[in-house]
Amino acid sequence: MAFYVVQFLTGLASAASLFLVASGLSIIFGVTRIVNFAHGAFYMLGAYVAFTLTERFSGAFGFWGGIIVAALAVAAIGVLVEMVLLRRIYHSPELFQLLATFGLTLMVEDLVVLIWGPDDLVGRRAPGFKGAIEFFGQNIPSYDLFLIALGPVVLGVLWLLFQRTRWGVLVRAATQDRDMVAALGVNQKWLFTSVFALGVFLAALGGALQIPRDAVNHAMDLRVIVEVFVVVVIGGLGSIIGAFVAAVLVSELNAFGILIFPKISIILVFLVMAVVLIVRPWGLFGKPEAPARRTPGLTVNPWRPLTTNERLAAIAVLVVAAALPFVAGNYVLTVGSEIAIFVIFAVSLHFLMSVGGLASFGHAAYFGLGAYGVALLAKMAGLPMIACLLLGPLLGLLGAAVFGFFAVQLSGVYFAMLTLAFAQIVWSIAFQWVSVTGGDNGILGVWPEKWAASPSHFYWLSLGIAALAVVILRIIVFSPFGFALRATRDSPLRGEAIGINGKRIQWTAFVIAGTVAGLAGALFAYLKGSVFPDNMGISLSVDALVMVLLGGVETVSGAVVGAIVYKALNIWLVSQTDLSKLVLGGFVVLIVVAFPKGIVGTLEAFVHRRRKSSSSASSPLLTSRIESAE
Amino acid sequence: MRGYFVGAGLAIAVATMATGAMTTQAMAQSEIKIGEINSYSLLPAFTEPYRKGWQLAVEEINAAGGINGKKLVVISKDDGGKPADAQTAANELVSSENVAMLTGTFLSNIGLAVSDFANQKKVFFLAAEPLTDAITWSKGNRYTFRLRPSNYMQAAMLVEEAAKLPAKRWATIAPNYEYGQSAVAVFKKLMSEKRPDIQWVDEQWPPQGKIDAGPVVQATAAANPEAILNVTFGADLVKLVREGNTRALFKGRTVVSFLTGEPEYLDPLKDETPEGWIVTGYPWYSIKTPEHDAFLKAYQAKYNDYPRLGSIVGYQTIKAAAAILAKAGSSDPEKLIAAAEGISMPSPFGEITFRKIDHQSTLGAFTGKTALKDGKGIMVDTAYRMGSDYLPSDAEIEKLRPKD
Repeated sequence: MAFYVVQFLTGLASAASLFLVASGLSIIFGVTRIVNFAHGAFYMLGAYVAFTLTERFSGAFGFWGGIIVAALAVAAIGVLVEMVLLRRIYHSPELFQLLATFGLTLMVEDLVVLIWGPDDLVGRRAPGFKGAIEFFGQNIPSYDLFLIALGPVVLGVLWLLFQRTRWGVLVRAATQDRDMVAALGVNQKWLFTSVFALGVFLAALGGALQIPRDAVNHAMDLRVIVEVFVVVVIGGLGSIIGAFVAAVLVSELNAFGILIFPKISIILVFLVMAVVLIVRPWGLFGKPEAPARRTPGLTVNPWRPLTTNERLAAIAVLVVAAALPFVAGNYVLTVGSEIAIFVIFAVSLHFLMSVGGLASFGHAAYFGLGAYGVALLAKMAGLPMIACLLLGPLLGLLGAAVFGFFAVQLSGVYFAMLTLAFAQIVWSIAFQWVSVTGGDNGILGVWPEKWAASPSHFYWLSLGIAALAVVILRIIVFSPFGFALRATRDSPLRGEAIGINGKRIQWTAFVIAGTVAGLAGALFAYLKGSVFPDNMGISLSVDALVMVLLGGVETVSGAVVGAIVYKALNIWLVSQTDLSKLVLGGFVVLIVVAFPKGIVGTLEAFVHRRRKSSSSASSPLLTSRIESAE
Repeated sequence: MRGYFVGAGLAIAVATMATGAMTTQAMAQSEIKIGEINSYSLLPAFTEPYRKGWQLAVEEINAAGGINGKKLVVISKDDGGKPADAQTAANELVSSENVAMLTGTFLSNIGLAVSDFANQKKVFFLAAEPLTDAITWSKGNRYTFRLRPSNYMQAAMLVEEAAKLPAKRWATIAPNYEYGQSAVAVFKKLMSEKRPDIQWVDEQWPPQGKIDAGPVVQATAAANPEAILNVTFGADLVKLVREGNTRALFKGRTVVSFLTGEPEYLDPLKDETPEGWIVTGYPWYSIKTPEHDAFLKAYQAKYNDYPRLGSIVGYQTIKAAAAILAKAGSSDPEKLIAAAEGISMPSPFGEITFRKIDHQSTLGAFTGKTALKDGKGIMVDTAYRMGSDYLPSDAEIEKLRPKD
C-alpha cells in the first residue's frame, strides 16, 4: 500500500513540473492566440541561466535567488521578443506566429551550445531539499514534496491574479473575445506583452526548477514542448485549472501505467489526448470556441485560375526544371528529386490548410504511411516498383480515412492536436512493432528498379509526379467540390444552409490530402532506399507546416515556393555550416518580418497593389478587397 | 504570375548548388578525400570530442607525409540525427566531392542507413560509433566495416563480471529503442546461459531522452531486485542516478551499466556518481601504455583538454581509414575492401584487426567499477578487454550474416 501512495506522490511531483510550464503556454494561447512553439526554448533558457547563477552564488539565498532571477531574466527576453517580433505579425494569418516562434526555437538550440558548451550540465541540489523522507519504508525525495506543494500554490496565485485584479479581468475578457476588448478601448499591446511575459516567466521558472533533478542540455526544449501542448489541450485551451488537472492525469497515468506496460510512456500522453478530444472536443475544461471571425484561409485577393499567360509561364518553368539533368550532376539531381517530393508533400498539406481551413500538425503520418506502404510491399510482397508506387500511397489513404473521420469533427487547434495525436500513435506503432517495421532501425534496401535508378530518371519521375499533383490539386480547388470546401471553411453555417454537408466535404479533403502525402512518402522511400519512423515524426510535420506558412497560406499554390525555398536552404545550410539551425532560424524570422503573408502571399499583394494603382480599369471583382468573411 | 516566382525560387536553388558542385572539381590530384558524417548538431556532447579526435589524426597523418605522399583531407557533414539527412550528406560526399570512402555516424539507424547507401552505391564505409549488431551481422554488407566494439561485445564483457555476482533477481532499465532493446536482449541471453538460476523480475523502458525518473525508480524498487542492469545514458542517466540516489534504489544492490564509465556520461554526474557500478568505459587517467601515453600527450597538447571516448573513436577512425587507403594504394572500393579485410594496425588501446569474417574491428573496451575521487566520478579496478575475446564463434556469425 505504501508503495502506491509513494508512486502517487511521485506522479504528483512530475505533474507539478509539467503544470508550471503548461500554465504559461495556456495563458499565452488563451489571450494572444499565439501557438508559442518557443515555449520550450524559454523553458530551456530558464534552466541554463539558472544553472549559471546557482553555480556562481552559493548558499540557500544564492540558489533560490538565482532561480527567481533566471526566470525574470528570461521573461525580459520574452518581452523583447514580443515587442520586436510578435507585435509585427499579430495581423498575419493565424499560425504565422508559429513560424516565427519556430525560427526562434531553432536559433536558441544552437545559441545555448555556443554559450554553455555541448556537455550536459548537472546543477546543484536545492538547499534544504537534498534528501528524502521515509514513508513506511519508501523514500520520497523532499524536493518532490516541495514541487507537490508548489503546483497548487502557483495555481492559487494565478487564480487570484485572474479573478481578483483588473488586469485579470481584462485578460479573461481578451481570452473570450479579443476584438470586443479592443473595441472597448483597452490597450491590447500592453495586455499582450504582459501576458506573454507572465507566460514566459512561468516557462523559465519551470525550467529553472528542474536543475536539482535534471541535466541541463540543448535538447530540453523539444522534450518538453510537445508534452506541454498536449497537457494544455487536454485541459482545454486557456483554462489554468484544466492544465493542472490534465498534468495530474497524464503524470499519474504514466506513473501507474509503467507498472503494467513498461513501454507505455512513449505514447501515453497522445493516447490520452486522442481519447479526451474524441469524447470532449474542447478538452476537459475548455469551452466551445465562438464562431471564428477570421479564418485561416481567408484570402484578401479572391482566388482565380491562372490566366493563359501565367499557364504558359508555369509550363516554361517546368520545362526549364526538366532540363536540369542536362546541366547538373548527380548530387544536384538527387537534391532536386528530394525538393520535388517535398513540393508534393507541402502542397498536400497546403490543400488541407488553405482550401479546407484545417491546419494539421500531424501530416507526416500519411507521408510516412505511404513510405511504409511501399517498403512493406516491396520487401515482403516483392511487388515491382510501379505497383508499389501505385499501391503504397493507399496506406496513406486508409490512415487518412480512419483518422480524418474523427479529426474533422473538431476545428482549429483542437483539430491540429488530434491530428498530432494520431500521427504520434502511428509513429509509435512503426517504432515499436519491430518484427514488421524493424523498429527504429527501419526497413532497408528499398531501392528503385533499373529504369528509375539513375538520378536523372528519378528526378524526372519526381518532377513529373510533383507537377501532376500540383495541377490536380489546383483543378480540385476550382471544381464544385473545391468551392463547397471553401464555403465550409469560410462559413460553416451558411454552407450548411445551402445544403453542403460540411463534415463529409472536409473528410474527403482530408483523405485527398493524406493520399497525396502518401504519394510523396512513397517516392521518398525509393529516393532514400530506406524507411524509418523518422519519416512520420513530429519534426517532419513541422517542416511541412513551415513550408506552407513560408509560401503563404492564403494563396492557391504558395506551398510550392515555400517547399523549394525551405528545403533547398535547409539542405544547403546543413551542408555548409555547423550552425545551420541558427542561420535557418534567423532566416525564418527575417522572412516572417519581411513577408508577413508568406513569400508568395506578400508578393501577390504587392503585385496586386501595383496593378490597382496603374490601371483602374481592371475588373472590379478582382480588385475589391474583402475585409471580413462574415 | 505565380509561375514566375516558382521559377525564381527554383533557379536560385539550382544555381547555388551547381556552383558548389563545380568549384570542388578543380582541386588537384595530390590529395585523398574522406567523407565524414556525424550527428554534430544533435549530440554535441559526444561528437565534439569525436571531432577533435579525428582532427588530431588528420594532422598527425599529414605531418608524417600523408597517405602514399598524398595529403589527407576530411570533409565533414552534419546529419542532424536524421537517417534521411545522413543519406543526403553521403550522396553529396560521394557524388560531388568524390570522396574515396565514407566514415563516421553515431546513431545505429543512421549507421544502417549509410551502410545501405554504401552497399547500393558501391562505396566503402567505415562506421565509427554505431553499436547495433545488425550493421555487421544480420544487415551486414561487404562495403561496411565497423570500429567500435558492438552491443554484443560490450554485453559479453559485462556478463563476464555480472555472472560472478551472487545476485539472482535482476531488473533492467533501458531506453525504449533499438539500442536499449538489443543491449538488454543480448545481456539476458548471455547471462541466462551462464547462470540458469537467475530470474528477471522487472523491466523498465523509458523513452530515450524523456525518462520520468521518479516513477521508474520507484517501480524498479518495488520489484525488489538484487541487481539492476542499466542501459540509459546521457541526460536520462543523470536523472536516473539522481532519483535513484535520493530514493536509495542502489543501496545494497549491484548495478551493471553499459557505457557509464565513458567520460562523456560519467563526468556530468560529479559528486553524485554512484559507487561500485560495474561498467564499460574509458579510464583515460589510469591507462599506462606507451601507445595511449603518446595519444594522450598529443591530444592534451593540442586541445588543453582531456580526451573522451569519442576522441579515441574519432582518432582511430581516421587512422584506420588512412591505414586502409595506404595499404590499398587506390580509392577503388574493391581494392579498399581487400585491403581492409584482415588489416592490423596500432591504436591507443593496442593493436587492432578488422576481421575478414564480419568486418568488425577487434578494438576492445575497458571494464571496471565506478568510484568517487575528489568529488568526481572515476573508474577503478579497470581492465582492458580485447574485442576478439568477446565475439561469437565463426560458425555462429556465418549463420547471422547474409552471404555477399
